Amino acid sequence: MKTEQLIDLLSNGAEPIAARAVARRMVLTVLAGAVVAALMMLKIYGLNPQLADLLAATDFWVKIAFTGVLSAAALITTLRLARPGDLVGVAMWWGVAAFVALWTIGADALIDAESGSRATLLMGRTWRTCPLNIALLSAPIFVAITLALRGLAPTRLRAAGAASGFFAGALGAFVYGWHCPELAAPFVGTWYVLGIAIPTAIGALLGPRLLRW
Amino acid sequence: MAANPPNDALSSREARLAELIRSALTGDAAAYKTFLTEASGHVRGYLKRRLQRTADIEDLVQEVLLAVHNKRHTYDTARPVTSWLFAIAQYKLIDHLRRTRHDARTEAIDDDYAANEPDGDALAADRDLERLLETLPERQRLPIRHVKIEGLSVAETSRLTGISESAVKVGIHRGLKALAARIRDLQ
Repeated sequence: MKTEQLIDLLSNGAEPIAARAVARRMVLTVLAGAVVAALMMLKIYGLNPQLADLLAATDFWVKIAFTGVLSAAALITTLRLARPGDLVGVAMWWGVAAFVALWTIGADALIDAESGSRATLLMGRTWRTCPLNIALLSAPIFVAITLALRGLAPTRLRAAGAASGFFAGALGAFVYGWHCPELAAPFVGTWYVLGIAIPTAIGALLGPRLLRW
Repeated sequence: MAANPPNDALSSREARLAELIRSALTGDAAAYKTFLTEASGHVRGYLKRRLQRTADIEDLVQEVLLAVHNKRHTYDTARPVTSWLFAIAQYKLIDHLRRTRHDARTEAIDDDYAANEPDGDALAADRDLERLLETLPERQRLPIRHVKIEGLSVAETSRLTGISESAVKVGIHRGLKALAARIRDLQ
């Protein structure tokens, strides 16, 4: 095929591009993944029975804010990586800032605690299951964000895969936070982060294969 | 060829391509054709500086053009179009280099096959648009042929083929994606 022929073919009957429709479809896809994750959380783990008390606790909102900021930062970074030639930008640093802020609170709590209770702050009662639960809840979100990315054009596939995995993990952790009985910042800063690291690693591993175009 | 065009040349190239693609994205086919023609020139120059095998360049230019077309919704009009275009070209170039490196490794196994491979001219003929189109299913081939080659409208194509208008649009979209994959596999 001659290149001029191809250009004629592509430009003939070119339709206007509905950029807004593309964005809307993406948002809906990601939202659907989040809804499935929320339903899984309700069905498998259940809403925290003490939620009414938790809503009054600062620690609860620290946890929610931490996972919320990580999710937003990861989503923005992922979308940046999904457009050719776009700069990754500062969003990634919000995530780093959230992590530092959480551990500032966490370190304070550890220093103030009596030596006997430090282990409890770090390990809680559910450290064995927490990371895997978060990884499980991140699965539908990972599928959704991967589908959305395949409709875009990431050029750094491993980075885009890792960022989308991180997003799935962070949003999964956000959802899990409404069940999880743990509030201590050191616990969240360790086991939640580990839970997020699982889909991040999977994303980095599978990105070059799943996102190729 | 100047390796580094002066700055004002770069910024006027950006301004021109940006204007063209903005019109193209609103459905201006003439602007789109000019955009693709000029973009293919820039991409060809970019690839010439980076590829030794000149035989691959035109195939890769076409692959980039198809990618530009299939992914044109990812262009953010607030960003420079040249960085978008060359990021796509670079992505396709790296993908190509990775594939050919892989081919070199498996060459020994493919020796028998390679002996039967058609020569350059025959390969070029293989890539002939008509032949590639023949490999597509009817629901993609007919919409592309009528709308994209003969220049009929979507409505006319729908009446002619009995395929619904939305299916015509989907057929073109999927067909062009399939063509892009097929050009890639030919290399």
